[in-house]
Amino acid sequence: MTELGLRVAITLTQISVIVGIVIITVLLLTLAERKVLGWMQDRMGPMEVGPYGSLQPFADAIKLFFKEDIVPAGANKFLFTAAPLLALIPAFIGFAVIPWGPDLTWEFGGLSIKPFVISDINIGILYILAFASLGAYGIILGGWASNSKYSLLGGLRSAAQIISYELNVGLAIVGVLILSGSLSLVHITNAQAGGFWNWNAFAFPAPQIFALVVYVISTVAETNRVPFDLPEAESELVAGFFTEYSGLRFAFFYLAEYANMVLVSCVASAMFLGGWNAPYPGTLLSLIGLPSLAWIENTMWFAFKTYSFLFLFFWLRATLPRLRYDQLMRFGWKVLLPIALANIVVTSIAVFIAQQLK
Amino acid sequence: MAYVFFGYFAGVIALTAVLVVALRNPVYSALALLVMFFHVAGLYITLHAEFLFAVQLMVYAGAILIFYLFAVMFLTEKTPDRYHMQSWGSLLIGGAIIVEIAVLVGQHGVSFGSTVERTALSSPSEEGNTEAIGHLLYTSYLFPFEVASLILLVAMIGAIVLSKKDLSESPPS
Repeated sequence: MTELGLRVAITLTQISVIVGIVIITVLLLTLAERKVLGWMQDRMGPMEVGPYGSLQPFADAIKLFFKEDIVPAGANKFLFTAAPLLALIPAFIGFAVIPWGPDLTWEFGGLSIKPFVISDINIGILYILAFASLGAYGIILGGWASNSKYSLLGGLRSAAQIISYELNVGLAIVGVLILSGSLSLVHITNAQAGGFWNWNAFAFPAPQIFALVVYVISTVAETNRVPFDLPEAESELVAGFFTEYSGLRFAFFYLAEYANMVLVSCVASAMFLGGWNAPYPGTLLSLIGLPSLAWIENTMWFAFKTYSFLFLFFWLRATLPRLRYDQLMRFGWKVLLPIALANIVVTSIAVFIAQQLK
Repeated sequence: MAYVFFGYFAGVIALTAVLVVALRNPVYSALALLVMFFHVAGLYITLHAEFLFAVQLMVYAGAILIFYLFAVMFLTEKTPDRYHMQSWGSLLIGGAIIVEIAVLVGQHGVSFGSTVERTALSSPSEEGNTEAIGHLLYTSYLFPFEVASLILLVAMIGAIVLSKKDLSESPPS
């Protein structure tokens, strides 16, 4: 029983550390997004709170926390309350299978624990996809429960968009699964060790660079970000599905959107860009005689790759105008889907030929 | 332990399945269906079928039910009472089905428990769950698999034809 208790305690510690890291990242992102957008548009961004506006996220959080919590007249109270939670939980639950660092095993009180992944389950990536697809419920139910036409239309748009682009996300990663022959993110990342030429995006015999492009575009659409932010198009729908939300419930939707961004960036770097593997064989820290500290370098590489993807999200937002709805659907079904399917066919043939030649 | 989990999942599945048809608000019905899909997925986990768990959530909860909600939100605002009427014929059919189930349970009720036990405690195969399913689908069950995909393709073409009514009338542009 003590062994079980210890294991539960360790897992809870891991979960709280990772949830803490994700929430801190989200706080950083809200500031970083406004700063990056500001610099790209040749202005300063937030400057008032703290040095160079660095305390702005806390000011925002306090403001949202103390705002009046309004439930609109005629709204479905139960679903109006449940919807932000339904959006938030799927966004956080996926982090359970992300490998943050090397596949080490540490001994702790007679138990062997894996410090850098909460749970290495054999359907890792499918688990993430399954729960990511549930995020649409929060949005569609929030839109419906608000009893507002703008919210309802925003929610329905978002559901259609998420379903369409989810398919492309799923098909884009099939090529990676063929290359690595496993669904576990830990195995996929381990297989990409030893230099950037082994990363799935550039790997022999079938570089997944097209799949990476399809994946990134589709995830931008799936997280409702510019240029695919039609569910919250200000000029048409006020603010889309969270028009009627205020205070903490609004903050939950906001948190869910940013946590989803972090999650898809983590998956992108783990699946396509080698995860925690450095772009050169081995690690520099083990080369200079500190192999026990090599995990610091590896986790930093993972963080660097993830933050690069997050920067790409901001970059796209500053650069591109919003698509029209029919353009969005046509682009998803007639451009991205054929590319993803062709990538699967080419990858399968290439892997088969490579196996025969071996 | 396996019985406790099975009992919980089966109980919630039965309860929510009744709620799907009993609740008057169609959105609540859809939500009850969502809870049911979750617990069916949980049942797959107790059977060591992780792949089916993920597919159950992705396909049924993540895609099909969203489309149900989509239709429900658009349609039911105008005609709420149309779906709440029952004809006496349904009572007749329902009674027949209940008698059938009673007869079946009466015949096989004893062996029912042992079937559950055998399935729940079967050990997972040596290779991974996903590989095992893929292997089975492309060897033993290749023909049914291909037939099923052909039927789905026909249904897809049918849906496209139905939605494009003016296919023959409009001149090619």
